[in-house]
Amino acid sequence: MAEHIRVHLNGEDRDIPTGLTVRGLLESLELEPRLVVVERNREILSRVRYDDVVVGEGDTLELVHFVGGG
Amino acid sequence: MAKTRKRGGSAEAGRERAAELARRDAAAQRGPESGEVAKGGEAPPMGPTVPGGGVVREDAPVELRLHGKGVVQHPTTRVRRVSERPAPWADPALEMPPPSLRELEEEPLVIAGQAFRSRLIVGSGKYPDPTVMVAALRASGTEMVTVAVRRVDLARREGILNVLDPNEFFLLANTAGCFAAEEAIRYARLARAAGFNEWLKLEVIGDQETLLPDTQATLEAAHALTGEGFKVMAYTNDDLVTAMRLEDAGCVAVMPLASPIGSGLGVVNPYFIREIKRRLSVPVIVDAGVGTASDACITMENGVDGILMNTALAEADDPVAMARAMRYAVRAGRLAYRAGRMPAREIAVPSSPTRGMLN
Repeated sequence: MAEHIRVHLNGEDRDIPTGLTVRGLLESLELEPRLVVVERNREILSRVRYDDVVVGEGDTLELVHFVGGG
Repeated sequence: MAKTRKRGGSAEAGRERAAELARRDAAAQRGPESGEVAKGGEAPPMGPTVPGGGVVREDAPVELRLHGKGVVQHPTTRVRRVSERPAPWADPALEMPPPSLRELEEEPLVIAGQAFRSRLIVGSGKYPDPTVMVAALRASGTEMVTVAVRRVDLARREGILNVLDPNEFFLLANTAGCFAAEEAIRYARLARAAGFNEWLKLEVIGDQETLLPDTQATLEAAHALTGEGFKVMAYTNDDLVTAMRLEDAGCVAVMPLASPIGSGLGVVNPYFIREIKRRLSVPVIVDAGVGTASDACITMENGVDGILMNTALAEADDPVAMARAMRYAVRAGRLAYRAGRMPAREIAVPSSPTRGMLN
């Protein structure tokens, strides 16, 4: 198995370690899971699944959060 | 030193009065310079409540500087005790309405069964820095703050929740930046997945330049989202028919604009704002275009239930001061509306009696 996989993360191609769970990915990016919403291949991931779901090759991920706005 | 009053009353009463005044003086000197703050229904403080002010004793002679005479002692002049009238700017807790107005002034804004004590909703965007933003939000007295949904910047990582405490303010996520119904629906679902509440400020823009809403797309998204259980507060224009359709679609509030987002032009179409309020059953909250305090006051005088603003605070030279002004303005406008204004006339009617004039 390759050590890295290519994913599309927040609009950019990125290589990440194989076998990372969503939580693992967030932690590797130094993001707080409870402050981030994850959309994987256009499907919103419930936070309880962050430990179960493994990021796959070619996944399109959107990590979003609340910012200031009117 | 306390002196007994020369004008009358027993010597004993005079001594008691002097002793009481001396006690108050001592308390005033112990207290902080800006005065002690009264909370709730407590009696006003006896110490100084104006910075640099003090207690002027009734029986003490007063020095007056009279034109042409210099400084004179004036023993019989009654000078009002500064401590009896707290400085109005000192603290909002001191701005207690009289009992007759309390219910009126404290009538909450109720949206979808939830009560909010402030009729002012504020946005969290565009402030010069986070500290100023939080100070402004607190100064405004708001209970509901809007936030936007965006990609995490993987380099910076910080979001609004690093600054804003969701326990302190009710977060209202918006779909700002969306130009299509499908897009707004996607953003709404992402916002809900953050896990705070199911409320949404629905915003679907139709024109880049004016940022006016795409009412057709807004209606489409409103139907879809209310069907998914969202509590939708829909940003719209001043068209009565669209407002009615949004209410029919199940929106919990309808939010007609005063003028374009960020324009600061105030209410450009008060007649239609009033019509919308007159015809709808759900709360009507004017959103967008408010520039300064008078705009907010005038908006509320039209009878709407609440007002939403962001740029008016964020782009003021002093956002905290403007937030405070808006707090007063919204309360003043609402109270003036409930007071029932006098009719506007094309003729003059004297305010002083016409009888009793001298020959």
